[in-house]
Amino acid sequence: MDAIVQVNGLRKAYGATVAVDGISFEVCHGEIFGMVGPNGAGKTTTIECLEGLRKPDGGRLSVLGVDPILGSQVLRERAGMQLQQSNLPDRMKVWEALDLYASFYPRPVDWQALIAQLGLEEKRNTPFAKLSGGQKQRLFIALALLPDPQLIFLDELTTGLDPQARRAIWDLILAVRALGKTILLTTHFMEEAERLCDRVAILDHGRIVALDTPSALIHNLAAEERVSFTLLGGVSPALQQALAQLGSVEMNGDQVTVSSPNGRARPLVSEVVSLLTAQGAAFRDLSTRQPSLEDVFLSLTGRAMRD
Amino acid sequence: MKSLLKMTWMEAKLFLREPAAAFFTLAFPLVMLLIFATIYGNTPPPGSTGSQGAIDALIPAFTAMVIGITGLMAVTMTMATYRENGILRRLRTTPVKPLVVMAAQVAVVFVMTGLGVLILLAAGVLLYHVRLPGNPISFLGGYALSSLSFFGIGFILAGVLPTARTAQVVAMVLLYPMLILSGAAWPRELMPAAVQKVTACIPLTYVVNLLRGLWAGEPWGAHLLDVAVLVVMLLAGAFISARIFRWE
Repeated sequence: MDAIVQVNGLRKAYGATVAVDGISFEVCHGEIFGMVGPNGAGKTTTIECLEGLRKPDGGRLSVLGVDPILGSQVLRERAGMQLQQSNLPDRMKVWEALDLYASFYPRPVDWQALIAQLGLEEKRNTPFAKLSGGQKQRLFIALALLPDPQLIFLDELTTGLDPQARRAIWDLILAVRALGKTILLTTHFMEEAERLCDRVAILDHGRIVALDTPSALIHNLAAEERVSFTLLGGVSPALQQALAQLGSVEMNGDQVTVSSPNGRARPLVSEVVSLLTAQGAAFRDLSTRQPSLEDVFLSLTGRAMRD
Repeated sequence: MKSLLKMTWMEAKLFLREPAAAFFTLAFPLVMLLIFATIYGNTPPPGSTGSQGAIDALIPAFTAMVIGITGLMAVTMTMATYRENGILRRLRTTPVKPLVVMAAQVAVVFVMTGLGVLILLAAGVLLYHVRLPGNPISFLGGYALSSLSFFGIGFILAGVLPTARTAQVVAMVLLYPMLILSGAAWPRELMPAAVQKVTACIPLTYVVNLLRGLWAGEPWGAHLLDVAVLVVMLLAGAFISARIFRWE
C-alpha cells in the first residue's frame, strides 16, 4: 500500500506547552485513518500541521508527496479540508458557497451534483446562518470534495451534532471513502472511530499511545467479554458444568452471567447460545457486553474518555 | 481571474443583503443632504465666498464624509468580522490568494460608495438644481483617488486590531473627530485659527480640500499638496495592508 501521508517525529509546542511530542505514523491510500483522544491530546495541532496551516517545530512531514509548508499551494489544490472552527458569511446561500469555492480550483467537480449527493437540494437557497449543525457540516464536506481531492481532512466533524445527524454524517463519510478517497479524521467519540476507521491512532498528551485497527486494539485488550441471560427452566448441574467450561459463571436465581477473558477464537456469545441450544435450555433477556475502544482508552491512559 | 470576478460578485450581493452597510453607503449621504437642505435651503452659507449655494458646497463635503465612513467602517468591519468568525480561515484552505480577497472587497466598496455619491449628485441636481462641476470626470477622479487611499486605513485597522469589536471602536474614535475637524461636516473657515492648524494633521481634510476644489472647477494642479498626501496614503496603505494581512 502506498503511503499518502508520512509523519516522522512531528513536534509542536506553544510556548512552554508541548502540544505534539514527537509522533510518527503513515496513512495509506484509500483508508480512513482516525486520530482519537480527549481535548488537548494534540489531534487538531497534528492535523493542522499536515494541512500546512501550522509550522511544525520539528519532524518530517510528507502529504501527497509534498512538504505541507513548502508545497502548501499544491496541497490546497489537491486536498479537501474541513476545519474545526471555520465559517461562511451568514447571508451566503448554499449554492453560492459551492459556486464561489468551485471557482478557486483549477479542475473542480460539478457542484450541482455534489448538492444532490449530500442531500442539500432542499437547502440550496438557504443562507448559511439558517442551516442546522448537520447541514453546515454537510456543506463543509461538499466544499472539501470540490477539488476532487485524493485526500480529505476532517477535524471533529460530528462534534455538537445530535446522534441522528451524526449517524447520517457517518454514512456520508463511508460513501465518500467508497469513491476511493483517503480520509484522515480526528474525533473524540470512540464509537465514531470504531464505526468508521480502518486504523486508529490513540493520542494522549501529544503522543501516540496505540495505533492499530479498532478490532485489533480491542482484541489485545486485557478485558472481559460478558454474556448474561435468564434461564426459564431452572439450572441443571450438567448445564452449569458445561457453562463453566466457557468461563467463570455467576448465578443469581435464574439469572446467569458468563464472563471470559477477551480475545477468544469465537465470540463468547455464540458459544453460549450454541451450548444452550444444544442442551435444549430455554432462555430469554440475553445481553452481551463486549469491550470497546472506550475500554482500550481507559486501560491505556487510566482515564475515562467521555466528552 | 475567474475567482476574482466570482468573489467580487458574491461580496456585492452580501453587501446589499446587509441592511446597515447598504443604508450607510447608499442612502445616508442622501438623508444628510435632505436634512441640511431643509435647514439651509440652497442659499450661500455664512462664511463662504463666491456665488455657490449651500447645497453646492455640501455635495463635495458629503462625498468626503461618505469616503471617510466607508473607508473606516465598511472595510474595517467586514475584514475584521471575516477573520474573527473563521471565514478567512475557511478560505485559507483553498488555493485562493489574499490579494483576491482584498481586491474583491475594494472593488465592492468602491463601486457601492460611488453609487452612493451618484445618488447624492442626482438628488442635488433633481431636487435642488445644483450645478454640476465644470468637469464631472475630474470630480469622479478625485473621488477615486480619495476613496482608494482611505480603504488602506480600513485594511490596516482590520489587520492590526485583534477583534471585530475593538476594530469598530477604534474606527469610530478615529472617524468622528475626522468628520468634524476635516471640514466635511461644516466649513473649516468657521473654525478658530488654532483648530485649523490641527485639521492639517487629519487625512480627511485633504479629501475635503481636493473635492471642494475640483467641484468648483479648479484644476488638479491647484491641489498638489492634497494629491501628494492622498497618493502617499494610497501607496503606503496598499503596501502595509498586503504585508500585514492575516488569515486568522
